[in-house]
Amino acid sequence: MPGADAGERAEEWRRPSPRLLRLRRLEVGVAAAALVVAGIVVLFVSLPAGVAVVACALVGGVLAERFVRRRFAAWGYAERHDDLLVTRGVMFSRLSVVPYGRMQFVDVTAGPFERSFGLATVRMHTAAAASDARIPGLERGEAQRLRDRLAELGEAQAAGI
Amino acid sequence: MSDGWRRLHPLTPIVRGGRVTIAVVVVIVPSLVAGRRGGTDGLVQLGILALVVVAGLVNWLVTRWRVDGDDLQIETGLVRRRSVRFPLAQVQAIDVVRPGLARLFGVGELRLRMGGSSGGLARLAYLADREVEPLRTRLLALAHGAPVEDEVSPGLRRMVEERLVARVPTGRLVWSILISDVGVFAELVIVAIVVVAFVSPGAAVGLVSGGLVWIFSIVTLVWRRFNQEYNLSVTARPEGLHLRGGLVALTEETIRPGRVQAVRMVEPFFWRRLGWCRLEVDLAGRQRAKGEGQEARRALRAVLPVGRREQADALLDRLLPARPTELAPPPPRVRWKSPLRYRMLAWGHTDDCVQTRSGRLRRVTCWVPLEKAQSLRRVQGPLQRRLGLASVHVDTAGRSVRAVLRDRDEAEADGALVDLAALARAARA
Repeated sequence: MPGADAGERAEEWRRPSPRLLRLRRLEVGVAAAALVVAGIVVLFVSLPAGVAVVACALVGGVLAERFVRRRFAAWGYAERHDDLLVTRGVMFSRLSVVPYGRMQFVDVTAGPFERSFGLATVRMHTAAAASDARIPGLERGEAQRLRDRLAELGEAQAAGI
Repeated sequence: MSDGWRRLHPLTPIVRGGRVTIAVVVVIVPSLVAGRRGGTDGLVQLGILALVVVAGLVNWLVTRWRVDGDDLQIETGLVRRRSVRFPLAQVQAIDVVRPGLARLFGVGELRLRMGGSSGGLARLAYLADREVEPLRTRLLALAHGAPVEDEVSPGLRRMVEERLVARVPTGRLVWSILISDVGVFAELVIVAIVVVAFVSPGAAVGLVSGGLVWIFSIVTLVWRRFNQEYNLSVTARPEGLHLRGGLVALTEETIRPGRVQAVRMVEPFFWRRLGWCRLEVDLAGRQRAKGEGQEARRALRAVLPVGRREQADALLDRLLPARPTELAPPPPRVRWKSPLRYRMLAWGHTDDCVQTRSGRLRRVTCWVPLEKAQSLRRVQGPLQRRLGLASVHVDTAGRSVRAVLRDRDEAEADGALVDLAALARAARA
């Protein structure tokens, strides 16, 4: 974990729910399957083109699956005494340190797919547009716990702009 | 302390109308005078004129304001009544703005910039000139939570407490704009058009008409800079730095030191030879005024449009007294990643301020008071990972100043992240 030693003591890193990985894999799988079906249809028209499309879909699907897995593994967050740490990103790896006192509000969102997997995204907003403390794929209970905890800590440590 | 309701200056509709008023005077009035009475055209014009006048008058009649305790209250609207309260404790700055017409009629506008991420803007437009300054002083005093004192005459007090910190001579301003990045670009465009016009006049016409929008926006950019920064003088007052200047529209603004989110010093390529620099501040809640575009919203307030290093240092001493004195250069391998930036990159920090330097052709130095840091980010791209480098971003609530510790050694970046987080925590407490 980059900068995992960034605390006074070893902090407890948590990760998004494994169901997020399942959701992402399913998304990749559906996209690849759609392409494969398209390739099979093309197969009847022109053999080489169809084979090419199917091969591309399979190779692309495998690569995307690898990427999705690594990206999932890169997500992590830790609640420290005064700030929240969030890491993300494979190509561009990021570690954000957001003090609770700087929090303006927290929002919890869940899209239709996330919802059907019982997941939600928690996002902590500060006065700076650039700070991105977003944690996707939290199980609903955990998302609610985190939201309440952040709101409570934010209130307790609130600092002016 | 609560006052009675008050109205704005009776000339408000005329000044508010701005361009419309000028258009009316220039177009409609002469045609009414010259044209024979009774024509339908004349009647229509008269009708429009009457409608505009009545609308302006009604708007003025239904708008009133008062200072109620710690709030400024403004009520407006005829059918849908709107009453807005602005808590003075949240005021970030109070500006005085006088557009050309307002100066002609001896009125001025007070603009209260409020804090918060959405940052509202309270406008008192327009007030009589003699009312503006006392009201501003009073509102500022209320904003500080200080009692209003009027035993000493304001003029005398000002003479004692004011000190001129910087002034910008017009000649230098003109030169500086001519050789600034925007200016040089504008000149290149003009030269290109002239050259093309000599070679083939037809193509030049096409070029000009095709790129009219671009040309216009460059001209406005240069003009706005000149108009805003003309004859700018900066004085130190007890409540903060006081800026005053402008060519057509006079602007007065007070920058309270505690409200500064970040300070930036820019030294364009050609300026460096002359030892010139430009100092800008980023404030929270500096809202975009009516008529300002995207570009203007992102533009920062120049505290020193152009000046020497000593002047900039004097201003910096007032804005951020504790600044780092020494900056650490990046590791030599950064030369491979950012050959142009390499010579500029550096950073340093004290207990309550971070300083970073970057830029390719121009040199940009940023200071962020750690008290204002909203969050910290360590970012590492693929190329940086290969070279064992990382960047640390210090995010602020300001709009466009970015303090980035770019391309540092990984270990150094991690250390900086820990140190800065701890220092920022201490600074907030």
